[in-house]
Amino acid sequence: MSDLALRRQGGLSAVIDTLYRRPRIFLAVLLAPPLLWLGVVYLGSLFALLAQSFFSLDDFSGVIVREFTLSTWVQLLAPANMDVIVRTVTMAALVTVADGIMAFPIAYYAARYARGPMKAAFYLLVMMPLWSSYLVKVYAWKLILAREGIYTWVLDKLGIEALLDWYLSLPVIGGPSLSASYTGTFIVFCYVWLPYMILPVQSALERVPGNLIEASADLGASPRDTFRHVILPLAFPGVVAGSIFTFSLTLGDYIIPQIVGGSQYYLGQAVYAQQGTAGNIPLAAAFSVVPILIMGLYLAFARKLGAFDAL
Amino acid sequence: MTSPSTTAVLFQNVTRHFGTVRAVDGVDLKIEQGEFFAMLGPSGSGKTTCLRLIAGFEQPTAGHIEIFNETAEGLAPNRRDVNTVFQDYALFPHMTVLDNVAYGLMVRGVSRPDRERRAREALSLVRLEGMDARRPAQLSGGQRQRVALARALVNRPKVLLLDEPLGALDLKLREDMQEELRRLHKQLGLTFVFVTHDQGEALSMADRVAVFNQGRIVQVGTPEDIYQRPTTRFVAEFVGSSNVLTPDEAPRFGGVSHWTSLRPEAILIGSAAEAMDIRQPAEVVDQQFQGAMRKTLLKINGREVWSLAPAAQALEAGRTVTVGWAQGALHAMKGEGAHV
Repeated sequence: MSDLALRRQGGLSAVIDTLYRRPRIFLAVLLAPPLLWLGVVYLGSLFALLAQSFFSLDDFSGVIVREFTLSTWVQLLAPANMDVIVRTVTMAALVTVADGIMAFPIAYYAARYARGPMKAAFYLLVMMPLWSSYLVKVYAWKLILAREGIYTWVLDKLGIEALLDWYLSLPVIGGPSLSASYTGTFIVFCYVWLPYMILPVQSALERVPGNLIEASADLGASPRDTFRHVILPLAFPGVVAGSIFTFSLTLGDYIIPQIVGGSQYYLGQAVYAQQGTAGNIPLAAAFSVVPILIMGLYLAFARKLGAFDAL
Repeated sequence: MTSPSTTAVLFQNVTRHFGTVRAVDGVDLKIEQGEFFAMLGPSGSGKTTCLRLIAGFEQPTAGHIEIFNETAEGLAPNRRDVNTVFQDYALFPHMTVLDNVAYGLMVRGVSRPDRERRAREALSLVRLEGMDARRPAQLSGGQRQRVALARALVNRPKVLLLDEPLGALDLKLREDMQEELRRLHKQLGLTFVFVTHDQGEALSMADRVAVFNQGRIVQVGTPEDIYQRPTTRFVAEFVGSSNVLTPDEAPRFGGVSHWTSLRPEAILIGSAAEAMDIRQPAEVVDQQFQGAMRKTLLKINGREVWSLAPAAQALEAGRTVTVGWAQGALHAMKGEGAHV
């Protein structure tokens, strides 16, 4: 008894006791710093950015006119700017689908078959690309995909270089070389974002109990049916989580298309160019709102598909 | 048509190794069509692996398996006419009760109205109506059990496999489901193969019981056979926890020089002992009240044995009493060994 009474003395103990008795105060203390950060610094700057898009640039003086106008938004809808948006969204969608298709088998193997050292190797191999500089990787890809690069060299040695030439002669997806084509940009995007798809899919698959797969087979389902009716629906939230990463990262990236690909702009590059060289902060702001809107629509769509039902 | 003596499941010298572990070690087994067959044993005895070999989740390392005279090894689970009720039910969490039950029919291409009608029939068979639209998470343990049962039965399997299906239920519910399973077995005439570690469950429900230990079958027989005529010390102790006397002790209890089983309920105390063939003095060591009975620890010939006394027969420790049993209650066994 006396020991307990002794321990209760002192200011710190009183604070601890109060927090124990009043869980709401404890939560407030716990959450105040991150909420202040998110609320003021993060959301605040986001709204400041949004507000900028309702200003306009005086074309003659290059000065920002701080008066409410929708003219910047009208400017955003100009065909050249819409091209940028459509190009970026198409690329992001294709990269997401391709990464999903590539990630699933890898994630499936890791979740259902890999044990012990193989599992460690899986995490190492998936994460390792994230340890090195993103810029170095993108430049490495530029060299790999270049006319003098290893792809061309291998195809040459195999005597099927004509195939590459034929491919590059195709409209839209072709170009002077792989490293200067949409295909090249696509390949590098897929490579760089792949881990962000594998990891959430793997963790979702990990949570699908093995006996559900056995039950499905037991009830007469072929492996294909089991995949379609049991594994995929249960792993779907993970696929959506992964696709949010690959989709939004592609939407916002301005380095990969600048290094690998043609000279066409993507959203990130448009923002970069507008706020940098052009000094048109309002248009840059309007451009940066686009990915936010698209992601909002994307999440609403995913929700409709039932992606968050299992959360 | 199949005659009443058709073999539903046949194991010939079946072995299943996991690395160096012999989970199933040379099992021979014959389950007749329409039987309620229980596989009984402690955990790790190989009974569940045998069930999984029938279902097709495991393949034998060696040996031969037949299901209704068709070779089963090498055949995937979805190509076998057997269905399983899993220990933790394995219901699909993202589907409604009705879709869970209709699943087997759906993957076989039965049309939606047809499969939903049959799924509702199966649900009424297990007395679970009006829950069609619920998700498994919204059901109680006993209800999930019934859904799992309906989901397996709707496919009209040739063999129904039950993997400790009652293990997760509380006592009252377990007794209800035992009755329910007996009723379904009678009503449907299917072959039931039931895995359990609960000897009471195996004895009360099954037509025949196979007792497993260390990957082998130690005894197969009717519940009466298993209980009254255990062949080894393991069976005697595992099924109904008998008093097992060593070959040295048995003659002092009126038996012959063999490993001998003497069931606790065969040992009578006091006046009830007087009509018995064999009578001896005994000291009461301890007594536990168990409701219907009093489990009594006695010391006879320097050996402690359990007896079941009527609840009214309260005896204080240290008292000397007369105990007795019939000559026939002493059952000599083939051996001590885990298997014959």
